[in-house]
This record gives sequence, structure tokens and C-alpha cells, in this order.
Amino acid sequence: MTDSGRMAEAFFRDRYNIDGTVAADLIGVAMSRGGDHAELYFEHRQGSNITFEQQHVKTASRTTTQGVGVRVLQGDAIGYAYSEDLSRESMRRAADTAARIASRGDKAEPVDVMHYESANFYTPEAGTLSVPASDKVDLIRRADDAARAYDASIARVDVNFIDELKHVMIVTAGGRMAGDVQPLVRFNVSCLSEREGNRQNARWGGGGRMGMSYFETHTPEMLAREAARQATVLQSAIDAPAGTFPVVLAGGDSGILLHEAIGHGLEADFNRKRTSNYTDQVGNVVASELCTVVDDGTIKDSRGSINIDDEGNLPGYNVLIEDGVLKGYIQDHMSTKHFKVEPTGNGRRQSFKHYPMPRMTNTYMLAGQSAPEDIIRSVERGIYCVAFNGGQVNISNGDFVFSVTEGYMIEGGKVTAPIRNVNLIGNGPDVLRKVTAVGSDFALSDGRWTCGKDGQSVPVGVGIPTVLISGMTVGGTAIG
Amino acid sequence: MNEDLRSVASDIVEKARARGADEADAYIRSGVESSVSVRMGELEKLIEAGSRSVSIRVIKDKRTAVCNTSDLTPKALDELVQTAVELAKISEPDEFAGLPDKADLASDVDIALQLYDERIESLTVEEMKDIVLRAEQAAFDFDKRINNSEGADFGAERGLVVLANSLGFAGSFPYTAASFSVQVMADDEDGKKRNDYWYSAERLIHRLSSPEEVGRRAAARAVRKIGARKVSTREVPVVWDPVTAAGLAGVVSNAASGEALFKRSTFLADREGEAIASPLLNVVSDARLPAQLGSRPFDGEGVATRRNQLVTDGVFQHFLFDSYYARRLGRKTTGSAVRSGDAISIGGGNLVLEAGATAPEEIIGSVQDGLYLTTLMGFGINVTTGDFSRGAAGIWIENGELTYPVTEINVSGNLKDMLRDIEAVGSDLTWLAGTAAPTIKMARLTVSGL
Repeated sequence: MTDSGRMAEAFFRDRYNIDGTVAADLIGVAMSRGGDHAELYFEHRQGSNITFEQQHVKTASRTTTQGVGVRVLQGDAIGYAYSEDLSRESMRRAADTAARIASRGDKAEPVDVMHYESANFYTPEAGTLSVPASDKVDLIRRADDAARAYDASIARVDVNFIDELKHVMIVTAGGRMAGDVQPLVRFNVSCLSEREGNRQNARWGGGGRMGMSYFETHTPEMLAREAARQATVLQSAIDAPAGTFPVVLAGGDSGILLHEAIGHGLEADFNRKRTSNYTDQVGNVVASELCTVVDDGTIKDSRGSINIDDEGNLPGYNVLIEDGVLKGYIQDHMSTKHFKVEPTGNGRRQSFKHYPMPRMTNTYMLAGQSAPEDIIRSVERGIYCVAFNGGQVNISNGDFVFSVTEGYMIEGGKVTAPIRNVNLIGNGPDVLRKVTAVGSDFALSDGRWTCGKDGQSVPVGVGIPTVLISGMTVGGTAIG
Repeated sequence: MNEDLRSVASDIVEKARARGADEADAYIRSGVESSVSVRMGELEKLIEAGSRSVSIRVIKDKRTAVCNTSDLTPKALDELVQTAVELAKISEPDEFAGLPDKADLASDVDIALQLYDERIESLTVEEMKDIVLRAEQAAFDFDKRINNSEGADFGAERGLVVLANSLGFAGSFPYTAASFSVQVMADDEDGKKRNDYWYSAERLIHRLSSPEEVGRRAAARAVRKIGARKVSTREVPVVWDPVTAAGLAGVVSNAASGEALFKRSTFLADREGEAIASPLLNVVSDARLPAQLGSRPFDGEGVATRRNQLVTDGVFQHFLFDSYYARRLGRKTTGSAVRSGDAISIGGGNLVLEAGATAPEEIIGSVQDGLYLTTLMGFGINVTTGDFSRGAAGIWIENGELTYPVTEINVSGNLKDMLRDIEAVGSDLTWLAGTAAPTIKMARLTVSGL
């Protein structure tokens, strides 16, 4: 078993001479004007991207970023500074800048920095950065071939192979030193189907905290055919209806609905500030009793998983809603102090340039009792949603949207014609109360999602079984 | 620092040439940012940091590689050049690869565009804090029903953009930006929260709106949502406020990307010179407007920026290009390359949906039953087909008057029809952070609700 924490510590020690002693000194500077808490976040990220267009590699690129972020807390106030230069002098300057938020002036006692064990939910060696680019281009070409072979109408195929390896190390004012080595791979295929002047575009892809082993179970051919299939299906799409209809969400990708409808509203920062519609709702019924929703950072190799969060806490399996009752929020360090609860391992950030916030990891609904085919059969006239390209929520009142890229009509209990791209709109608490059937077919989305909050992006996972929502507003153009 | 970084960029290009690159360019961005956030009258966040990054592009045997790093030590730059040259070898020959044509490079890089405000150098935390405290207080003072705040932020940034390439180009320009925003909320009678925000963003501090004006505007926008309800599904005229209208101009600009044309993934493909919109519609992408956030003397590959007229009296003029897609499609670059990290994309410039002649009150007054659109949500725009379906909120118009707020509805149509259906363009051009638009009216859109 590889210890990613010790690997990360060795990385920063060997490369930048940053060890427990240096970190303790920086914590000392950060806490030199008082403050309740401080932490250092060291990061080294290497990324690679191969862009393939019109059967050619257009560009191969590499990115390296490195730096340290220093945060000092006093009460509800944050002082934050960062430095891309990892020299002692620059790091001390950043720590001193962050310290300015504190005004109490009581110098903290020196800390002893001790190693803290991270989890092992993925393998650092799996990173793909060291894989020869020609191997990646081979996978890309296989995808291109498969998409073109899928249907004669596939006129354009674009492919992206994006991967990164991130070393992070967190040191807290409490003396905890924890690290992680985070691989992340993502393979995207975009297909254009052109038939008698009608052009339809679809994208598909997947990935996870994995390396080339990802492609053993998700071949480039599978991913490419899926993109080609969706583009081709759209060729015969009809106008989507407008108005309120029953909506059946297919398992997997539809988990984006949970992410938007309830996940963001349960982030504890909004509830601490009383700006979420779920403020003071713990213990209350907030969803149909069929709904049990968890945020789980511990799924093996999943895009949203972490071995340690960006504040130095272990990830967890956190039940948010159990049988419709709200059990708890998604916490970061500040909110655990406010609510006097244990950390949930959800303090995450985009990079060393960003302060941590409560963020989701993998958010999903547990399987229910209904057979998926029975759920569809129970709908007289409605919508069946399969694939999506994004969502957004107003956290204060729970109004949310998500965009359906592959959807169908349900008529007389049967899935019939595909519909054009359509937006669905609802209100989180309202929609979750209208969940009237939950399928037995749970599936996790295949590593496609990135969550944005306050200008910070982090990779997340979503999942859901087939679910029936008794009524939701469908934003089509066909009235009646 | 200016001359220093210019020579760093030129050195990188020299190194790349020495290592065997046929062509190379280096793009450096260096800046200092600081921000102050307050909430409920208390200091919440102080952020301060400097950062810089260099992006190098090398072309060898018509193969392109791009590398990016934040480590500007000489050793790291040597490694960067070496990695880039090696990476180019695994890329594939592409006859269209290369730097821009020399003739297109900017010859007037020092043109006075008023992109830098020295005042930002001496702006203190106390000054920034004072502005956001005043803005938040103004929101609370505006209406008793404002009962919570998501905070007010002030952000200031100053920096330098530097570009050098193997065609002998070396240019740089300093820039500043300052912005602040306020977000507040009120409760409905049944406790449902209604929030909204307002902001001001400029390159030059003196052009910022007053804190009180921004605070009052944020509060007014939140308060007018109290009691918002759904409406029944129907097809009605829709009046877009200047904020949502600017978003529509953004969609037109995305559809006018030369990359989208090459990929055939835009509904504007093959439509140059055709009427794609109402004769009332004029859209411009202009990177040379003084003091605006979207202005810059040269683009991400050193090409002179300019005014690009996208739509004139409803007729689609041309696509926006960087040098690569221009060459691929036998066109000319429009100075629209945007460099960020390891990517070169198409965009940039200030986007302006030009003002018309009708007063906004007159536009609202012309609607018997329709929607005044103030908020759009989500990602429901398919640029390939023009299908448009987005979450929306606004105020219902009855007999020419704004009446009750509406929410949790959806507006949908197809951009091909929507642009043609523009019936009125207002005289109230409103600038917000490098984009500008007036009120516009569309004859019909499907509003989905109950």
C-alpha cells in the first residue's frame, strides 16, 4: 500500500527543502499577531493536455504550477496570502501578510509538526504524466476511428486527453502535517453529426483519479460511440414540450440534479451565514421519505474522491438526508467551529491561490426499491432524461436549473421520440418532496463533472438511481 | 520591471530558437491582487498576493507545443523551453501551424488606451474596506426588508502583460482593474429568501460607481423579487433588461468564433453577409475602446487589436479569428487570440450591443402581456443548432406596466428566430465590465411555468 501522504511530504522536502521545521517556522509567522487558527497549503501541479482536431494533434501542452497558500483565521475573519515562489523569504512574507487579519497580538506558542496519516482511495503511481504521449495519441485515434465508424453522418470528431498529478501538503497551527498525491485523468470526445444540412453536436467522456487503467474498463471506443450515438439521436429530435410534466431521471449522470437541488444548499458556510434555504433545517423533513442522500469522498478512484481534504481532515461518508430527514451539513473548518460539530472532510479549494470552503466530493442518492422499467411504465406523458451538460442553483432559495442534452418523451408508459436540448427548472426542496419513486439501479456518473463556487472549480462525482419526479417545469418550445 | 520582463520573454524565445524551434513566442503575465470582503458590517476576508506565469509556444517542423509555468527562475525556464521543444516532437505536423503573419503584428503597442490607473498602487485596505462597508450599509438602509447580506467585496489588481516572439515582436502593457460588488437578501412572507447583487468594475478607479449607488441598486433588485411566483406556460413578448441583453450579445460572439466555424458547431456557419437578425441589431467587438476592461493593444499572439463589427443592421459581417483558424480557413486574423495558461482561444475585446432609439419605458409600455427578463440561469444554449432554453426570473408586464415578480420559469426559443424577432432596441446603453447593451424587446419566446 502506498502512503500518498508520506510521498507528498518527501516531494516537498526533496524538491524545495520544506519540512516540518520550515513549516513550524511559517506557522509561527502566520500566528505572530494572534489568530485562532492558521494553515499552510503547499501545492505542486503538473498538467498535460493533448488537443486532437480533424484527425490531427493540434497542440500538445504542459502546465506546471506551484505555490503555498497561507490562511489565518480570527473569529469569522480570514486573512489569506499566497506565494508562487517557495523560497523561505517569500513564504515568510506571505505568512506575514495573512497574519495581518489578526489583531489580538497574543503570539502563539511554537508548534511541533507531526505527520498525520492520509487515506488511500486511489493510487498515486497511476498518474499518466509519465506515459509516452504517443500512447495517449493511440487512444485518441482509436476514439476517432470508432466515432467515425459509428455512423456515416459523423462529420467531425474532436478529442481531448487531459491529465494532471497534484502533490499537496497541509500543515495546521495544531501541528498536523498531511499530504496527498492526486492523479486525475479525463478523456473527452465531441462528435458532429451532419445530415442534409442538419448539424447536431454531442460530447461524452469520462475519467477519474486513475491512470491508463481507466481505459481497461472504459475503452476509447465506448466513450466515442457514446458521443456519436447522442449526436445521431439528436438528428431526429422533436421540439420539447413547455410546461409542468412528470420527469424520469435515468441513473448515473442525473445525479447532477442532487448536486444542484440540494448539495449546494447544504454547504455549511451558507447555513452559518443563514443565507441558505436549509438554514436551521437539521432534523426536519426536507425530501420525500424515499430519499437518502450522501456525500462520500471515499469512493475508490472516483473523480470526486480525496485522501485528505485541503484543510488536513480525512474525507468521510456523510449522510446528508436519511429517509427524507436532513441529518447534517457539508462542513469546513470554520463551520465546524460555528456549529460545534466534527469535520466531515469537505474543506476543499481549487489551488494554493484559493481559500478552502465547504465543497462536495461525490454526492449521490442511495438505491430504492422500484424496478426502473416500472417507473417509466407508470408515466402517462412526461420526459425521460439521460445526459446533461450542466446545472446552476440560487442557494438562497433553492431555485435550480439543469440542461438536458439527451432526453426523450414518455408517452403511454413508453420512451418514444428524442427531444431537442432542453432546460429543466425547479426548486430544490419542492422537487425533492416530489420524488415519488426511486429505482433499484444506482449508478455513479463516469467522472465528467466539475463544480464551480465563488470562482473556484473542483472535480466532483455525482450519482443516482432512476428516479421519478411527479412534476417539474420543462423549458421546451412546444405548448400544449 | 517592465523592461526586465520584456527581456525575460525575449530570452525565452532565443533559448527556444537555440534548442531548435523554428518559431516561438513567450507570453508573460505578472500581477498583484488584493481584495477586502466585509459582511454584516464586519471585516470577513483580506487577500493579498502577487503572481506571474509564462506561457511559451514553440513550433518545430510545423508541430506545435505549448508549455506554461509559474516558476520564473532561470533553471525552471531552461526546463520549460526544453520540455516545449521535446513536446513539439510528439505533436503532429500541421501545415497551418505557426505564428501570425508578421504584417499583422501590432506596430502601435504603446497606443494610449488608458488601461492603467496609478491610483491603484496606493489604494489601502482601509480605503477598500470603507467602500464596501458603505455599499453594504446603503443596501440595508435602502429598505427595511433587507435582512441579511452575503457580503460585499472589493478587488484591485495591477499587472503587466508581455509578449515576445521570434518574428522580432516585443511588446508589453501595464493594466489595472478595480471592482466591487454587494449581495443582499430579503424574505418573502412565507420565508422564501430573495437575493440579488450589483457591482461596478472598471480599469480606472474614478470611473467606479459610488458605493451608495451600487448598494441601493443591489437592494432594489432583491426587494423587487419579494413575493415572486410562477406563471402559466405561454408564448409572449419578452423585454430583456441591459444585463440579460448583454448576455445575448455574448452568445452571438461565441457563435461568431472562427474555431466554431471550423468545427461547424455554430448556427452562423455559412451565413456571412446574410441577414441573421432584425435590422435593429448591431453588435461590435472592440478591443480599442479607451479605459474599458476588454481593451488591449495586442492580442494573445501579438496581433494588433481592432474594432470588429460582427452584426451591422442585422447582417452578419464576419467571424472572429486567431491566426491558426484564420490560416486553416483561408481568412485573416481579427486580433482575437486569448492566451490563458496552456491554451490559446478566440474571444476578447469589449462586446457592445449598440443602442437604438427607443426609450426603455416606451419598450415596456408597448407590451400588453409579457415578461421583463432580469435573470438567466444555466447552460441551455446549443450554439450548433441555436436551441436556447434557460431558467429565468423577472417581472411580469401587464398593460405596459411592470407588475409582479416571477421566478422558477424558463424561456426558450431558437436563436435563429430570436435574433430576427428583435422588435425594439433601447437608447439606454449600459456598461458593465467590458460589455454593454441596452434594453431590447423580442416579439415572442416560450415561457414555461405551471
